[in-house]
Amino acid sequence: MALKILQDLRQAAVTSKVFVQRDYTSGTICKFQTKFPAELESRMDKQQFEETIQTLNNLYAEAEKLGGRSYLEGCLACLTAYTIFLCMETHYEKVLKKIAKYIQEQNEKIYAPLGLLLTDPIERGLRVVEITIFEDRSIGSR
Amino acid sequence: MHLGVEEPVRECQYNQICTHNSSPMDTPHTKKKKIKRKWQVFPGRNKFYCNGRIMMAKQTGVFYLTMVLILVTSGLFFAFDCPFLASNLTPAIPAIGGVLFVFVMGMLLRASFSDPGVLPRATPEEAADIERQIDITNGPSGPGYRPPPRTREVVINGQTVKLKYCFTCKIFRPPRASHCSLCDNCVERFDHHCPWVGNCVGRRNYRFFYLFILSLSLLTIFIFAFVITHVILRSNRTGFLSALKDSPISICLDGCTVLEVVVCFFSIWSIVGLSGFHTYLISSNQTTNEDIKGSWSSKRGKGNYNPYSYGNFITNCCAALCGPLPPSLIDRRGFVQPDTPQPAAQTNGTGACPSNQVQSHMCAQDQCIQSTKFVLQAATNPLLHSQPIILGGGAPLQAKTSLGGPCSTLGPSQPSLPSSIPGLSCGGELMALRDSEIHCHHHLHHQHFISPEETPSPPAALPCATHLGHHVHPAQLFDPASQDSLHEDSVRGLVKLSSV
Repeated sequence: MALKILQDLRQAAVTSKVFVQRDYTSGTICKFQTKFPAELESRMDKQQFEETIQTLNNLYAEAEKLGGRSYLEGCLACLTAYTIFLCMETHYEKVLKKIAKYIQEQNEKIYAPLGLLLTDPIERGLRVVEITIFEDRSIGSR
Repeated sequence: MHLGVEEPVRECQYNQICTHNSSPMDTPHTKKKKIKRKWQVFPGRNKFYCNGRIMMAKQTGVFYLTMVLILVTSGLFFAFDCPFLASNLTPAIPAIGGVLFVFVMGMLLRASFSDPGVLPRATPEEAADIERQIDITNGPSGPGYRPPPRTREVVINGQTVKLKYCFTCKIFRPPRASHCSLCDNCVERFDHHCPWVGNCVGRRNYRFFYLFILSLSLLTIFIFAFVITHVILRSNRTGFLSALKDSPISICLDGCTVLEVVVCFFSIWSIVGLSGFHTYLISSNQTTNEDIKGSWSSKRGKGNYNPYSYGNFITNCCAALCGPLPPSLIDRRGFVQPDTPQPAAQTNGTGACPSNQVQSHMCAQDQCIQSTKFVLQAATNPLLHSQPIILGGGAPLQAKTSLGGPCSTLGPSQPSLPSSIPGLSCGGELMALRDSEIHCHHHLHHQHFISPEETPSPPAALPCATHLGHHVHPAQLFDPASQDSLHEDSVRGLVKLSSV
């Protein structure tokens, strides 16, 4: 329902985009800056935004975690000459699907009613979290 | 006069015929826009096969040589030595050899065909946003003032790391990423560009590359050892000299043996050496790139250490070889969305412009303008190898053309080097991978210890060295290879113009 509102808005709305960049202070792991962008100040709650980004960061950390499970997967894959990935998904891919679902949920529940849209970072090469701001022009044109 | 009267009439008729012919042709054949896959519009210099499933570098000649060497040597071993060894020693020998061979080929193909971890280029909006942020941090600049090189500093695990801006991909490179000048892509955790494998070695295929060289060293040692064993056993039985005087078959066998021994002998030194080197790199969690530059060496400073290392050698090894394998970021087989403007080499250069449906048409117009600029620049400024820094919206193009120049001269020359020592030439490939920025000065430095065989490089490296010092004055050097890149760009510009 909320997405339909957004699609309608997209027909007649002017959009601008805000980019949340990567945070490299912990190394090369995928992590986004939780700093609240100035352009969103009038639009949404800072707490909510930080919570979304933090959850995303946690999910990416889970995908890239080095632990018993990932080592086991790696060794098994090596022994089968990586043919095992023809039948099963890597752990990373599974988490990426989880992230996609989470973003869709967040868009539907929180961001679309505010006239915002989160783009999955994987579509931007895990460089940025792109937030599209829709400004409703349709009021003026009627 | 007579002709003058007739010709216009003829011309009119010709025109009429033309229009009659052309209009019925047009209407039934309405241009149907074919939906393309992303690999078909990929901006880097890669080659794709099997509808985007396989990805390799542009020049793959040396890769085929690798394949031939491995296949021929192994084939000769299995055909001529294994029957003797299996019957006289144990059938486990060909079995183990077979397993090793299959593993080597599997790892080679996996390393060659997979995406090394290419970072997709920034979308126009992203690029505009970054430019805006840079302008804010640098402050207003007057005419003639050249802003400093674009870098961002970040503190990782207590070490200050500089993130550099890539002018081709329009992104700030993540730490450990580097731009490969041969493939024209930024690659994550860039190790080096390996011509023997026909691809870059980066985050996603480093473990395959390492397992390939490791298993290949085992295979070469295995074949070498058993060929020698075969010769010894045979000569023990028949007498060494008499073996040489036998039938053509045994002469042929001897020839094959000699070939195998020669190939294995030379390969062993280089490949085993390379495996040892990469084992050291893995255990200290460094890339070849970082090791060559001495980024984390203690010689640079007292407090200099590798912030990415996990502390102990076992964790470093496990992380490199058994860690999670990230998926490809470039989505080669996905479909191109019809109204998204392609990042490629163009920028809108209009700052933070709001984007909507109209934007895509504006982008087409901008494409037209940018393409024309390309062509004009290539035509009028062939000698300008200007500084990599931008003077405004239009200048990113200039940066691209000029940067393509000095450093790409190293690129094309490298793969054609016939080096008999694969290990060194693999390391030598580093010369070619320079990011198209101020790090060019490393070329001259590295000249001394890479290898004396890199003779095409020095003349090309010199413009780079002078390039480094002259931030304000464009280095006016005529470089034939850079002319080629300018030509290429002007051709690209023309193609874009024709397509718009």
